[in-house]
Amino acid sequence: MAFESLTDRFSAIFKKMKGESKLTEKNMDEMLREIRVALLEADVNFKVVKAFTTDVKDKALGQDVYSKVNPSQMLVKICHDEIEELLGSDQTDINYNSGKPTVIMLCGLQGSGKTTSAGKLAYLQKNKLHKRVLLAALDVYRPAAVDQLKQLSETVGVDFFTMGTDISPVEIAKKAKEKAYNDHYDVVILDTAGRLQIDETLMKELQDINKEVHPEEVLLLIDAMAGQDAVNVANAFNKDLRLTGAIMSKLDGDARGGAALSIKYLTGVPIKFAGIGEKIDELEVFHPDRMADRILGMGDVVTLVEKAKEAIDEKQAKKDAQKMLDGDFTLDDMLRQMKQINKIGSLGAIAKLIPGMPTLTDEQQDRAKKEMKVFEAIVNSMTPYERRHPEVLKFSQKSRIAKGSGMTNADVNRVIRKYEQSKEMMKQMKQYQKSGKMPGGGFPGGFPGM
Amino acid sequence: MGLFKFLKEKFSKKKDNEEAKAYEKGMEKSRKNFASRLDELSKRYASVNQEYFEELEQILIESDVGVELSLRLIEKLLDESKEQGITEPKKINEMMVDEMFVSYATAGDTIKNEIQFVENGPTVLLVVGVNGVGKTTSIAKLANRYQKQGKKVLLVAADTFRAGAVEQLTVWANRLNCPIVTGKTNGDPASVAFDGAKYAKEHDVDLVIVDTAGRLQNKANLMSELAKINRVLSREIPGAPHESFLIIDGTTGQNGVLQAKAFKEVTPLSGIVITKMDGTSKGGIILSIRDEIGVPVRFIGLGEKMEDLKEFDLDNYLYGLLLGESEA
Repeated sequence: MAFESLTDRFSAIFKKMKGESKLTEKNMDEMLREIRVALLEADVNFKVVKAFTTDVKDKALGQDVYSKVNPSQMLVKICHDEIEELLGSDQTDINYNSGKPTVIMLCGLQGSGKTTSAGKLAYLQKNKLHKRVLLAALDVYRPAAVDQLKQLSETVGVDFFTMGTDISPVEIAKKAKEKAYNDHYDVVILDTAGRLQIDETLMKELQDINKEVHPEEVLLLIDAMAGQDAVNVANAFNKDLRLTGAIMSKLDGDARGGAALSIKYLTGVPIKFAGIGEKIDELEVFHPDRMADRILGMGDVVTLVEKAKEAIDEKQAKKDAQKMLDGDFTLDDMLRQMKQINKIGSLGAIAKLIPGMPTLTDEQQDRAKKEMKVFEAIVNSMTPYERRHPEVLKFSQKSRIAKGSGMTNADVNRVIRKYEQSKEMMKQMKQYQKSGKMPGGGFPGGFPGM
Repeated sequence: MGLFKFLKEKFSKKKDNEEAKAYEKGMEKSRKNFASRLDELSKRYASVNQEYFEELEQILIESDVGVELSLRLIEKLLDESKEQGITEPKKINEMMVDEMFVSYATAGDTIKNEIQFVENGPTVLLVVGVNGVGKTTSIAKLANRYQKQGKKVLLVAADTFRAGAVEQLTVWANRLNCPIVTGKTNGDPASVAFDGAKYAKEHDVDLVIVDTAGRLQNKANLMSELAKINRVLSREIPGAPHESFLIIDGTTGQNGVLQAKAFKEVTPLSGIVITKMDGTSKGGIILSIRDEIGVPVRFIGLGEKMEDLKEFDLDNYLYGLLLGESEA
């Protein structure tokens, strides 16, 4: 059907090609037609799709691929390079002002996610880059926009700047910048009101702010769900404001982010960040090459590793790993591990990042989360000794634990069984490690319910 | 007589019709893109050929009509032009508008645009949609519309998730001088819905509009939150929610179809409101959603003013989209 993700579509198309021993003009045309539909349904701009399919065909035909390699692999490679090119090959950073505050202005259509992204960007600057951030509310039009930003600044724990809604945004921008200079902030983020790119008055206002405060960064918010018109919007903002980059919002969920593929190519504006979820820490630096991998279904292991690094205390993880391999692995360790994995993100999000891992449905994710709660409650109702040696548990003790955790004896048994299985897996891993081979796939410890 | 001609004649007589004018004005930008391109295309070709149809297909797809529907329309036009021996570009374009009309009109239920009120007790309208589509603003416009019709309207702020959402709706309630029931930030939305239903019964409210969190449609637990709100509402007020509107941003691409599909699974949608049609987007998503989901568009947002939320009218919509061409 028409509504799988772009990734699924590409996988299916390539799979079909796997059966072909040779790449002919005929079977390639067929495949290109399918790619075209897949891209268009993902809201990739029509012109980009046209250029994409033409280029892929030229490149494939230009190379001596007909007999040499597996046609499917060759095409994956060509498509990958092509997508990477569309997205721009470099990851582009924020242009920080050395020694002085860096002014970042966010702009975009109504509802494109400016205020939420302002909060997330503040979080990212503060927590990952250790910047001192000031969030300034310039949206004097939308009801409660100032309140929304204020709440976000409290959540993030950064300072907030407002002058109410009766002052012109140009003036607010000026004062916010002054405050940033006087009080030595590293970054000041200006959250402007949403506007249509054809609204001359409001576009003029943005130009005035631009002239007044000369932001180091002018970032356009693009909704990942935007349709074919996204490029026109980006062009108009770029013409008036000379954008330094874009933030792709709402790139989580079902959005296939076709606009992401079109913006850089058609406007030259690089995507710098992507919003990938509704939580405050779910804004990522955008990596074009990894996005290309993700679109083509190769997984995004690098991102996962980075995420894991942030969430997991590395020393503890190493200790755990050694403990596991030594067979000295307790229920406490297992619980901690599960919690860490949970911290990286939802299980489904992780599964998507790992090549070859089946995608989890929302129901499966929910179940896994629930199981984890059960697990935690049961382990917490055990004595420290029992956690290290669950094999000694007798019926009466199990009943006590079940009662204490509000679960049943069967639940307790299940947890113990899971633990035994994990332990068994560890043993095998150790043997593999000795023999120099590793079994493929799966996290050690295993998720409950999977 | 072709439908296109019919529309053209109908509207040449209907020039002072206010609704038609609102469409004309609100869709000015959309039309400039769609109609003038059609017009320009038909002038470039003396008679239609393969390339003509390819360009026509491009115009449709770039208007977010959707690949599937676009391809189907083009195929039909190809067949008919061959069958009837029509090669004149202008005629082909007219046939296309006919096809668009027929495709919309036959793709699902027809229903009155206005909210269908129950005879006794409050009528409950549940409003759903993803973040940033203009849910709160549309709710304010709907409240205003029915207040003007003499209905007693209550707003229920069950979006307890997004920062500032409750405040935003409260500002509107104050401006409209309309009662509002709110809960705590991050509180249980279903309990706010419960309070709303209770208030409505006690105060003889005619229309209860329930705002919900604009959460992305693929998150199971967030969607189950909606199901819970529905359960609570129907327990308190028989048959509630009587209407469920999905709000979709007119600049949304094919993802709009996904949104409609996903929301339809958790709450029986009775209508769609398309917002922000006054931008440059062509809003072809209206046709694609109708084609794939069958739920009718009930209202359409043609501007920022309160009165700019209009009943959806297919004639007016197609006329608004194509006026430039007929007069060029």
